[in-house]
Amino acid sequence: MGKEYETVIGLEVHVELATKTKIFCGCSTAFGGAPNTHTCPVCTGMPGTLPVLNRRVLEYAVSVGLAVNCEITRVCQFDRKNYFYPDNPQNYQISQLYLPVCRNGFVEIETDGGGKKIGIHEIHMEEDAGKLLHDEWEDCTLVDYNRSGVPLIEIVSEPDMRNAQEVIAYLEKLRVMIQYLGASDCKLQEGSMRADVNLSVREAGTDTFGTRTEMKNLNSFKAITRAIAAERERQIDLLESGAEVMQETRRWDDAKGCSYAMRSKEDAQDYRYFPDPDLPPVRIDDAWLERLRAGLPEFQAEKAARYRAQYGIPDYDIAIITASRHMADLFEETVALGSEAKKVSNWLMGETMRLLKEQEKDPGDIAFSPAHLAKLIAMTDAGEINGAAAKETFAAVFEQDADPARYVEEHGLKIAGDPDALRRVLEEVIAANPQSVADYRGGKEKAVGFLVGQTMKAMKGKADPALVNRMLKEIL
Amino acid sequence: MSVNRITDETIEYIGILAKLALSDAQKEQAKEDMGRMLDYIDKLNELDTGDAAPLSHVSAPENVFREDAVTNGDERDALLANAPGEKDGMYVVPRTFA
Repeated sequence: MGKEYETVIGLEVHVELATKTKIFCGCSTAFGGAPNTHTCPVCTGMPGTLPVLNRRVLEYAVSVGLAVNCEITRVCQFDRKNYFYPDNPQNYQISQLYLPVCRNGFVEIETDGGGKKIGIHEIHMEEDAGKLLHDEWEDCTLVDYNRSGVPLIEIVSEPDMRNAQEVIAYLEKLRVMIQYLGASDCKLQEGSMRADVNLSVREAGTDTFGTRTEMKNLNSFKAITRAIAAERERQIDLLESGAEVMQETRRWDDAKGCSYAMRSKEDAQDYRYFPDPDLPPVRIDDAWLERLRAGLPEFQAEKAARYRAQYGIPDYDIAIITASRHMADLFEETVALGSEAKKVSNWLMGETMRLLKEQEKDPGDIAFSPAHLAKLIAMTDAGEINGAAAKETFAAVFEQDADPARYVEEHGLKIAGDPDALRRVLEEVIAANPQSVADYRGGKEKAVGFLVGQTMKAMKGKADPALVNRMLKEIL
Repeated sequence: MSVNRITDETIEYIGILAKLALSDAQKEQAKEDMGRMLDYIDKLNELDTGDAAPLSHVSAPENVFREDAVTNGDERDALLANAPGEKDGMYVVPRTFA
């Protein structure tokens, strides 16, 4: 007992690419179609059909590779991975084994101990499989091939991570980068980003790797963190009791908080990989590569540096806003319409993030236009609405991209602009509350708060509390 | 000679991978057939290919692409007509796990 163990983790991340069509045929990749309505002879594996590569898939894969500092394989090709299961109508998955499109890259993550490089072993392109539904009534399995042939890239890391925090930081980095490229929305919950965790343990200070297991079905960062802790414990318990870790694929059950063995891990030779003769090789020449390199967006780190210089907003704000390209675009467009940067940032970090969290959405789902946010800020600046009314109006902007001017008009939220009307109300309130007036005049500053409250109530909230406060003090 | 090249374990394992349930007689037959295939490959191995680059495509066009535009409509009914079983617009297959 008392041995120290080190956890060694490598990740296989599948990312569903945001193309309109499948990787090898012109079927739609849209979600939510009735079963098998997005299928054709190619993606259902009919004999005699020919796959043709979607150019966009290759370009996304290369762009992701460039973003993570990979070498691009100038002549790459596809291989058949043979296995028999009804989710795979061809009896082979078209993937890349011998010449993956990208190799030898890295991403840099921030850890408690400073920056760290996580190596990328390779990125390859492949097709997704169909979906199986188990029919309890008739004791059979039903197959929907709508997802069959949806393009994926698999990003294989080196075993460079040592704990869950590093894994999350790595995934977060990949997610933001790929979202910036527009190559995928990368949603773990919805399966457009899937992470399989390869984990082994070894005694601290040793150089050789222990036997690893592969963990699947991890649908959230929380599940990943829990699965890593549980698998580490399980392997250490095995080793401490003198048993061996089996090389196998395990499935995580997040509800139960444990995993169980799915199958012993196949070796590559079990899949009898061979080059797919139906798909000619792909040659990426210098001109094409440079075009793709030139098309890379400004990524988070560069954008953050520019924001610091250009907008003068705090680093905390910058980190939140630039974590989503969509939110960053919205921020910049709103500021370009004349709004003050810090005010735009406050709406995005405050109410926007609060509503997103409440509705379990993420910043990519923001659907309101910069013009409407800019208008709301302008109305607040001009004193046309108070803080509470602005918040209410913003909710409508957030929900249905409502025009704030119209919303304020329709819901009677405008601050009463007539100073005489306000003065009359103030005089009534003063007359009705002699005690508070006396308290205030006797030196109780706080008494004015009660009078402001009474005035706001009489005005049905349509007054600027700061203005009411000032006028009250003047009169008294 | 050929028969002995494939062990009982190998045939058993290939049977599992290919999802084939073979009788003992079929296993013996398969061992012999596969042994002959290996003999044939050995003949190819007599060639010295040390200087030849691997070739995966014979008539080699390169860079054949599609643009990312939807060209296919809903062909479900025509495709399902080929299936041995259909239910609720899906293909029916034997239960995949108990």
